Amino acid sequence: MDATTAAASRSTFSSRAARWLAHRMRNVAPLLTLLFLVLFFTLASPSFASVGNLWNILQQVSVTAIIAVGLTFVILTAEIDLSVAAVANATGIVVAFFTLQDASVNIANVPLPGWLAIVLALASCLLLGLVTAFGVTRIGIPSFIMTLAMMQIGAGICALLVRGQIAYSVPALVTTLGSRSIMGVPWIVVVAVVALLAAHVVLTYTRFGRYVYMVGGNREAAENAGVNARMVVGAALVISALCAGVAGMLGVAYFGSAQQNEFDGYLLDAIAAVVVGGTSLFGGRGGIGNTILGLLVLGVLNNGLDHVNIDSFLKILIRGLILLTALVINVYAERLRGAAREQG
Amino acid sequence: MPGEPILELVDISKSFGGVHALRNVDLALAPGEIHGLVGENGAGKSTLMKIIAGVHTDFGGVMRVRGRETRFRSSRDALEAGIGMVHQELSIVPSLSVAENVYLGSQPTNRAGLVDWTAMRRGARELLGRLGLDVDVETPVGALPIGVQQLVELGRVLFSGAELIILDEPTSALSPPETERLFTVLSRLRDEGRSIVFISHFLEDILRVSDVVSVFRNSRKVVTERVSPALDKGWLIERMIGAQAADLEESWTGAVPLAGPGRSPVVLEASGLSHAPAFHDLSFAVHAGEALGVYGYMGCGQVELSRALFGKLRPGGGELRIDSRPVRLGNTAQARRAGVAFVPESRRAMLFAEEPIYKNISISILETISRLWVKPDRERELATGHIRSLSIRAPGPEARLGSLSGGNQQKVALARWLTCLPRVLVLCEPTRGMDVGAKEDVVRIVRSLKEQGIGVIVLSTEPETVLAMSDRIVVMRRGRIVKEFAEGSVSKDQLLAAA
Repeated sequence: MDATTAAASRSTFSSRAARWLAHRMRNVAPLLTLLFLVLFFTLASPSFASVGNLWNILQQVSVTAIIAVGLTFVILTAEIDLSVAAVANATGIVVAFFTLQDASVNIANVPLPGWLAIVLALASCLLLGLVTAFGVTRIGIPSFIMTLAMMQIGAGICALLVRGQIAYSVPALVTTLGSRSIMGVPWIVVVAVVALLAAHVVLTYTRFGRYVYMVGGNREAAENAGVNARMVVGAALVISALCAGVAGMLGVAYFGSAQQNEFDGYLLDAIAAVVVGGTSLFGGRGGIGNTILGLLVLGVLNNGLDHVNIDSFLKILIRGLILLTALVINVYAERLRGAAREQG
Repeated sequence: MPGEPILELVDISKSFGGVHALRNVDLALAPGEIHGLVGENGAGKSTLMKIIAGVHTDFGGVMRVRGRETRFRSSRDALEAGIGMVHQELSIVPSLSVAENVYLGSQPTNRAGLVDWTAMRRGARELLGRLGLDVDVETPVGALPIGVQQLVELGRVLFSGAELIILDEPTSALSPPETERLFTVLSRLRDEGRSIVFISHFLEDILRVSDVVSVFRNSRKVVTERVSPALDKGWLIERMIGAQAADLEESWTGAVPLAGPGRSPVVLEASGLSHAPAFHDLSFAVHAGEALGVYGYMGCGQVELSRALFGKLRPGGGELRIDSRPVRLGNTAQARRAGVAFVPESRRAMLFAEEPIYKNISISILETISRLWVKPDRERELATGHIRSLSIRAPGPEARLGSLSGGNQQKVALARWLTCLPRVLVLCEPTRGMDVGAKEDVVRIVRSLKEQGIGVIVLSTEPETVLAMSDRIVVMRRGRIVKEFAEGSVSKDQLLAAA
């Protein structure tokens, strides 16, 4: 014992600082990335750093944010959900399907009262989530494969309901939350912030949240401690589907239309937000704080690239490179922690 | 001394971040000799072997291989110099065939540069035949008993041309017949003139197979002595822990008196419990305040039985009663609520190395101390109490679990079940790989649990463990209970004979 303390006191300040950094790499790296991007775009474009643009960025990441909230639960349990974008798309289309559409829209839809349409839409994403959870926890299909199948099923539901058409009307409540503002603040930003806050509280302060981290950290150990790990993983998958569904409905209002393949980019964005933020793909480490960082990095990057004069075809490549960098850091953060630990 | 030492270590020291792992160790390994190494966990044996095998490259002192001063830069260097190590965790690839494993990384090729399967199979068959092993070399290694896997790995090390072979805890997972076979092989290799280092916690094994034995304590080598009938277990233990070992000795050898079931009520009763093909028609009862030992060789069905008792496996037939109420355990949470506590055989399977101690302890009782919100203060308070009462060596409840030693980790795992007492505690291999002191602590904790009226089931493949902890012992063989020792006394020989 005293040998260790002696060693610790002998180690110099710089090596201790390095170890501190290594332990917190997961949080420090995305924060530095964010600061760097903000600084870069501020210098590169006069129109970037303004209050108005800040609201733009927040509004632009809100749909991703709501999806990423649910995905954070799933990734923390060391599983993955590839069906989020498809579930979002399907739910958005379901809510439009049960809403009275303009005569020009040629869909055999079933107009219902707005509240009922919303309930049915939520029920459908809940059902999709339960099917995923059943497949993963009861049948034992790896989540990667199971959610890949659900992605296709979600896309199939979209295709069947709209048959290549575009629907425009959604219930009034959805229109308000998705595209209106309250005292200058877009409702969709409010919803995203509430979702992030609620998820943070659940993950940090509730028993279920603790189980999510423990199951992700070491699933077998959690089981052997008498935790129903299958239930925890299943719940995370259902939460993910519900978040995706809400994002899907609001997204339809935000975009102003409901159609096939409209959320395709959101799968990558949501996963990127969670992972770029520093939540471990191996489970058990990270959280909503990291997801917020990741969302801001992505939002600033997407928005900033529009402000600087850059080949728009190059943007896709740049986003890919940023994501790759984040993945490298994610894996290294794990390794650095391990190394720092061995040193003492 | 049979000839020049093949390897000589002079004044070896090694430290990890200021903590000494080895201090001024001298050791010479001669050809045609089996050298046993003993010492408590953390005494420095494994560190020394890793230096020899080229895993640790940065150390103080001099190493001479065949008289020439050498310093390995990697384990490949060591291998090329004829030094091979079989680690405690086998490094075979379970999904590959026996032949592929033997030739892993050095498959023979034909003229076209493709793998020469025929030559490989023939070579593997021949090599394993020399080890007295007659297996189909095309079966995947993972499908073979663990003892055979060990021999396959040993075969690979031999095949690489190793003159000096280091075996780290080779017998901990072996059944007595498998151990016998390994010893025969080792003796034959010694007679061929190879040098063998044998590390083990099983002192009988060391005394049986070694020609020379070295004892390590507190990162120093205490003594090297030729094995003779005068050298016994007590002598070794005394030097390992540096204290009189008579009282420790008592609980591990000789005939152990059994307390029998007593008159207390039955807490857990199994009748006709079956799960083909692992176990059949098991009927037994555990009384309050009693420890029931379940002994049997690896693969006798104990592991599956323990899983069934904790709801990880749904038995195909039979009935389980707790406090005379029939229970069906569909998952581990149900088992916990029904009053079953479980400590699996591997620490990795029960602890969260990255999390603080208090979270490791509170995980099983969160349901009782928090309805919705977690209460970290209460958790820390409980953990602090356990750290004190179980004398867990840790700076505090916030300390990362992974920073504790193995024995202390085991205590944390037990502490988990002490806050809300279960009805039955199922312990699998509770002292495997532990040093003498930590074993004593675990035995003490279990005893105090029994005094509080908990029924304990100890499942182990080590007769010493079962003997040290049980009031009554059942022996399993091929999935069935074949014998029960309930009264009088029982010795290790009797257990081994029954299994």
